[in-house]
Amino acid sequence: MVGLQHYLILGAALFCIGLYGALARRNAVTVLMAIELMLNGVNVTFAALNRYLPLPADTSLFAGQLFVLFVITVAAAEAALGLAIIIAVYRLRRTVQVDQIDLLRG
Amino acid sequence: MDLLALALVVLLAPFGAFLFNAFVAQRTWALAGLSTILGVGISFLASLLVFAAVQGGARLDVSWPWLTIAAGQARAVEVGLQVDPLTAVMLLVVSGVSLFVQIYSWGYLHERTFDAHGHPHVHRDPGFARYYTWMALFTASMLGLVLANGFLALYVCWELVGLCSYLLIGFWYQKPEAALAAKKAFLTTRLGDCGFLIGLLYLWAQTGTFTFSQLEPRVAALAPEAATLAALLVFCGAVGKSAQFPLHVWLPDAMEGPTPVSALIHAATMVAAGVYLVARTMFLFEHASAAMLVVALIGGFTAFFAATMGLVNTDIKRVLAYSTISQLGYMMLGLGVGAVGAGIFHLFTHAWFKALLFLTAGNVIHGAGTQDLRAMGGLARRLPWTFAAMLAAALALAGLPPLSGFWSKDAIIAAVAHYQPPAAWGGLAGAAMGLLMFFALATVLLTAFYITRLLCLAFGGAWRGVPQVYPHVEEAPAGMLWPVLLLAVPTVLAGFWGAPFVSAAASFATFVEGHEVHEAFAPGLAALSVALALAGIGLAWALYGAGWLQPAAVTRLAGPLYRWAVNKWGFDDLYNALVGRGAVGLAGAAAWFDRGVIDGVVNGVAQGTVALGRAARAIQTGQVQTYAWVVFGGLVIVAVAILLPVVLGFRV
Repeated sequence: MVGLQHYLILGAALFCIGLYGALARRNAVTVLMAIELMLNGVNVTFAALNRYLPLPADTSLFAGQLFVLFVITVAAAEAALGLAIIIAVYRLRRTVQVDQIDLLRG
Repeated sequence: MDLLALALVVLLAPFGAFLFNAFVAQRTWALAGLSTILGVGISFLASLLVFAAVQGGARLDVSWPWLTIAAGQARAVEVGLQVDPLTAVMLLVVSGVSLFVQIYSWGYLHERTFDAHGHPHVHRDPGFARYYTWMALFTASMLGLVLANGFLALYVCWELVGLCSYLLIGFWYQKPEAALAAKKAFLTTRLGDCGFLIGLLYLWAQTGTFTFSQLEPRVAALAPEAATLAALLVFCGAVGKSAQFPLHVWLPDAMEGPTPVSALIHAATMVAAGVYLVARTMFLFEHASAAMLVVALIGGFTAFFAATMGLVNTDIKRVLAYSTISQLGYMMLGLGVGAVGAGIFHLFTHAWFKALLFLTAGNVIHGAGTQDLRAMGGLARRLPWTFAAMLAAALALAGLPPLSGFWSKDAIIAAVAHYQPPAAWGGLAGAAMGLLMFFALATVLLTAFYITRLLCLAFGGAWRGVPQVYPHVEEAPAGMLWPVLLLAVPTVLAGFWGAPFVSAAASFATFVEGHEVHEAFAPGLAALSVALALAGIGLAWALYGAGWLQPAAVTRLAGPLYRWAVNKWGFDDLYNALVGRGAVGLAGAAAWFDRGVIDGVVNGVAQGTVALGRAARAIQTGQVQTYAWVVFGGLVIVAVAILLPVVLGFRV
């Protein structure tokens, strides 16, 4: 029987894989994809909690699902913006390796 | 013309020349010289008119409000002009001597130097226009000083003449000695001026006015202690300016300036300003018998003590400088025993004969190219006119009748003899009297000795300088000779005004003091002083003229005394040790504090910030993923901090 715990573990696993990718991968596009993965980990958690947890009386039935929809929208905008930035950086620096983009080093 | 307009002409003519020279004629040397001579000449003519008017009984005392303090109490600070007999005499001395000196300077600034072959070369000093600019300013300030009707204007002019003195002593500022001497003169007189300024403020606090005519009744109402304090503080200024002991050390060094400057500023006028100040504020000193005694003792001691140093100096100008200090001491002595007329009379005659001495010394220096008495000799044949003029001035200084110095010096000695010390002094009064009399008479002997020595060394005997130079040593040009010969006239005649055969009503002292003064002429004392002067002349003649005695042998005999005098009684060394070293030590400590502590704190703050920044910049790698690690790590720490108590079962 698949329960709340499984969904939460799945969400946490997605989030951690994404976090690993965001912190460890050097390619900016991969980092962006890893961040999408983290967001989706959160989305799974939201949806699962919406489905399984008893809601307080004054809360909408679909609060968690609404959050998921918002996150997907923002993530889409973020992906567009992020890719645009990556392209701009690539034009300037001829690279998308994040460890080589260190203009702010003190 | 009314007296006010005349007084303004006296004051503004040289000041106009100064402005013209400063802003227009700096690059046209002849124009600068002419404008100063013209300005001072106009001033002299106006001074003569002022003098005539004052003799006719005219007086002037006008004030203008300068600024008002506490309007309700009508405490206005006023400046103004005053003309009375004392001022008239001073105007005559200042503008007259200044005029002679300005004309003389024209020739003196065309300096003669001798090359290796002994040939003379004449070249005009590059600072010609600058010289005449400062001279015009000096004359204007000095005239302002004697015209001022209150302490405020007087003090302003007092500082202005000090400034001009500084600028003119350091006229050849390329010479380190001249620059140092200028600094020394400025700082030493400033020391006295500090006391003067405090005295002025004290008097203001006590009486609420600076104007002499208003001060006079208010001072009489002061407590004797307050008046004594004020008088002594004012006297501090006079001690500095008139180079009295213990602030005398600057005047001999001031001889680094051009000789006409020495004649005008450091012999005839500015150094006499201290004497004038005491005479002008005599109403204050009369109210303070202790201060009077101090004035008399300092004056008498200075007269004696400076004369001893004049005995042994080998620089023709410095001998004259010590002589000036000594004669100023005489004047102070006269004022200190209450004889204003006698003191000012000596100021009056001394201005002429001392200016003459300096100008003739200038001719000697100009002609011989040296001011070292040891390298002169036999100049009487080369500079006969100069010699004649200097002889007259020297005899006047020595106090031989009928020359001017005799009458004025004798008036002071007579005043000392007739001085009635306050009864309160008791036995001390007798001692003070004896001391003053000793100073007065001993100085006569010493004065006659050193001036005869100077004449013998410079004009007598054989030339001791570079042999090739002697044939080219020649009499000064006409422009330098005429002022000298004209100055010889008052040197000879000025004394008759105060001579005992002039009726008391027409005498100098009566004129200056404003009431009939019966000078008690003492034939015995006069004879004694003449005998002392003759003894001094004879002794010096025996040593340096005729050669009956060997100076070297006398020097050996007088061993320690001689060295004592040569070392200037050790005052230069003492001041170097006390003031010089002390000040340097203090300055060193302050510099250490400034550099070590104050700069240390400032630099420490800066360096600390820099070090902190350097340490902190290591964190800023520019690697976005490193930042992300830190953010996540921080999140984990916060999460653990919040969740751990919950997990462990604590209620937060």
